[in-house]
Amino acid sequence: MSKKDIIICRCEDISLQDVHDCLESGYTTVEDIKRILRVGMGPCQGQTCSHLIQAEIAKFLGMKKEDVKFQKTRPLVTGVSLEAIAKQALKGEEND
Amino acid sequence: MIEKELVIIGGGPAGLSAAKVASEAGMKVALFERSFSLGGQLIKQTHKFFGSESQYARVRGIEIADILINETRKHDVEIFLNATVVGLYKDNIITVYQDEKYFKVKAKAIIIATGASEKFLAFENNDLPGIYGAGAVQTLMNIHGVLPGKEVVMVGSGNIGLIVSYQLIQAGVKVKALVEAAGHIGGYLVHASKLRRLGVDIITNTTVKRAVGNGKLERIVTVKLDDKWQEIEGSEEVIECDALCISVGLSPLHQLLSMGNANMLYVNELGGLVPIKTCDYETSIPHVYACGDVTGIEEASSAMVEGKIAGLMAAKHLGFIHPNYDSLEAELNQQLCVLRQGPCGEKIRCGLKKVGEIYD
Repeated sequence: MSKKDIIICRCEDISLQDVHDCLESGYTTVEDIKRILRVGMGPCQGQTCSHLIQAEIAKFLGMKKEDVKFQKTRPLVTGVSLEAIAKQALKGEEND
Repeated sequence: MIEKELVIIGGGPAGLSAAKVASEAGMKVALFERSFSLGGQLIKQTHKFFGSESQYARVRGIEIADILINETRKHDVEIFLNATVVGLYKDNIITVYQDEKYFKVKAKAIIIATGASEKFLAFENNDLPGIYGAGAVQTLMNIHGVLPGKEVVMVGSGNIGLIVSYQLIQAGVKVKALVEAAGHIGGYLVHASKLRRLGVDIITNTTVKRAVGNGKLERIVTVKLDDKWQEIEGSEEVIECDALCISVGLSPLHQLLSMGNANMLYVNELGGLVPIKTCDYETSIPHVYACGDVTGIEEASSAMVEGKIAGLMAAKHLGFIHPNYDSLEAELNQQLCVLRQGPCGEKIRCGLKKVGEIYD
C-alpha cells in the first residue's frame, strides 16, 4: 500500500503518509497536525478531512474516535476576498 | 448595520419549513442561502418520499421543494441567494458574503439550518477522476442531466447509496456492485430489494482498497473486512468500472455554531459535532436555534418537522405566538416520534439521547 497515494486533505493535497509522519514525530492532536501540515485550512475548512484525521489519531493513540478533540473552528466559513472585507470596513467607518 | 427580525441560515427543507411557520406567527423573516437556488438537497431528489401525508409522502423530492418555496413566496420571506453566511459572532451578528460583497447583519433571533456535507473515504488513489460523492452524482445526473460514467460501483448501502444506485440504473448506467463495509445493509430493505431484483450485487463486509487507472478511474480493488473491520489478506477482488460513487454518510455543517462557541458534542450516531439544545431547539447561545441535519443526520422528513418547531419556538420567545401554537406544537412533536420509531429510528434515538433528547 502506498500511503502517499491516499489523499486525506483534498484542499491542501495532504496524504496519509504526511499525516502518519506527523503522528510519528509526536504531533498527535488535530490542532498540532493542522499547524504542521495545513490540513483543514483550505476552502472547505476541514469539513472533509477532519473526520479522517480524527480516525487516524484515534488509531495511533488507541482511543475512541469521539474522544479525539475536534479542531477549533474560526471565522470565516469559506474564503472571502480581502477587497470585499476592506470595502465593508471603509463603508462602516463612513456610517459611524 | 442591516437589522433583521429573524434570520434563517440555509434554504433546504429545515430552513424553508422554519420560514413558513415563523412567518405565520407574524415574524419578518430573512433567509440566507449559499446556493443560487432554494430547496437544498430536495432539488436533486427525483424519487417519491416515504412517511406520512404531513411530510409529503408519495411526492417527489423536487416537487416538495417547489411546495416549500411557494410557501415562502406567499409569506413575503426576504430571500438572499448566492449568500454564504461566513461568520457568527456575539450579540447575534452574522457576516454574509454575497456576490463579492461582504456585510454584517444583526438579528433578534437566528435559526441555523445549514444541513450537512458528505464524508469521504481514505483509499489508494482516492483522487482519481471518476471518483465522486453520491451528492455530486445526483447533482450531475438529476440537475444537469450529465451521466457520471458508464459502469459504476457504489460504496455504502445507506438510503442515499441505495436510492442513487437505483437512479443510476434509471438513467441507463450499469451498477456493477454495491459494497458495504458493515455486515448488513444500512438503508431500508425495500430499496435494497429493488436493486437486487434488478440484478445488482450487494456485497457486505467489503470496502474499496484501491482505485486503479491511468489519468482516470479504470477499475477498483475491493477487500473483505473481518468483524473488527480489519482487511482480510488475500480477499482482494477487481471490479472494472469508470465511476466510483462514495456514499458513506454525512456530517453536520457545524462551523457557524462552533465558531459562535455554542455547546457542542461529538456524537457518532448523529454524524459528528452537533449542538446541545433545549426542547425548544435553542442552542446554548440565547435566541440562536438549530434544526435539520446540522443537529444530527436524518431524513428530509424529520428536517421539515424540526424546522417548523424551530420556527414556532424562535417566534414564541420573541412574543410572536402562532395562531395554532398549542395544536401545532403537540402535532409536530408527535410527528417526530412517529418518524423516529421502530428499528430504523434506533440509531437516531440513541444519538439524540446523548444530547439529552429522549424518545423512549
